[in-house]
Amino acid sequence: MNRQEMADEALFQLLHTEIVSYVYKSAEQGEMESGRCVTKLENMGFRVGQGLIERFTKDTARFKDELDVMKFICKDFWTSVFKKQIDNLRTNHQGIYVLQDNKFRLLTQMSAGKQYLEHAPKYLAFTCGIVRGALSNLGIKSIVTVEVTAMPACKFQVMIQKM
Amino acid sequence: MSRQANRGTESKKMNSELFTLTYGALVTQLCKDYENDEDVNKQLDKMGYNIGVRLIEDFLARSNVGRCHDFRETADVIAKVAFKMYLGITPSVTNWSPAGDEFSLILENNPLVDFVELPDNHSGLIYSNLLCGVLRGALEMVQMAIDVKFVQDTLKGDNVTEIRLKFIKRIEENLPAGEE
Repeated sequence: MNRQEMADEALFQLLHTEIVSYVYKSAEQGEMESGRCVTKLENMGFRVGQGLIERFTKDTARFKDELDVMKFICKDFWTSVFKKQIDNLRTNHQGIYVLQDNKFRLLTQMSAGKQYLEHAPKYLAFTCGIVRGALSNLGIKSIVTVEVTAMPACKFQVMIQKM
Repeated sequence: MSRQANRGTESKKMNSELFTLTYGALVTQLCKDYENDEDVNKQLDKMGYNIGVRLIEDFLARSNVGRCHDFRETADVIAKVAFKMYLGITPSVTNWSPAGDEFSLILENNPLVDFVELPDNHSGLIYSNLLCGVLRGALEMVQMAIDVKFVQDTLKGDNVTEIRLKFIKRIEENLPAGEE
């Protein structure tokens, strides 16, 4: 049996929720400013993204260019991690990419509309890190941010940093 | 009706590497946040407990398992149904105490530790301690108070990973006043 496909989604989602609440709880206790929570979650995601991309790309051909990499992230990578493709990829061809997911996996259980909208960023920081970590291990330095106007849809913006 | 049926068949399987790596990132972070391993173990157990009390609902809803009549049946359900469903492994149930209130789960391969090596300065760390909390929390929600701990761990050089479960007592149901 394929080990890769054997974990259960509920377990990951609950673990993710616990991680978010752990990070925010330690902020409440004054151990750090709450602004740093997002950074902390993002950094944890970064490590995970690095690890994942290493394993996913070990049998793929070399990428042609930046756009090729982004396509890989939107299709194969997103499918392996979140079980669906990115719904829309846009770029200005100057290093900015917008990845839109209309039904993002970590938000679908939470709300379908504007309720709890103010909490959405907490639950997306980890994923921003995953994307940044994945790109980083493919040699692309970037800044990844996210925007949510109504759950469960969200838009990730990837800004490529020229080295 | 059809919508409900649809929901049931939807695949819940996902990439286990994502789970393993995410868990690793959490443990790494906790090791940075806390000064000693003991506190990390405690925090992992606490988080596991929080997961367990929620996971049991998902489990009962999806598995069609009814109330267990004795601890032996509980052991079987945990090993053959729950571990299989959530981690894709089936631990063996062994080392029953004569009174039948204590047993061990032997894990041949623990998916949580797939890419892990413990550094020497974390000898007190129980890497997979989250699992203990999950088991304790989940069973507490079905009126069983139990004690769970790791007694062997492959990460520490043992041949197998062994989790020991001890039944403490049945939690009496406190029904709200006015309900039967």
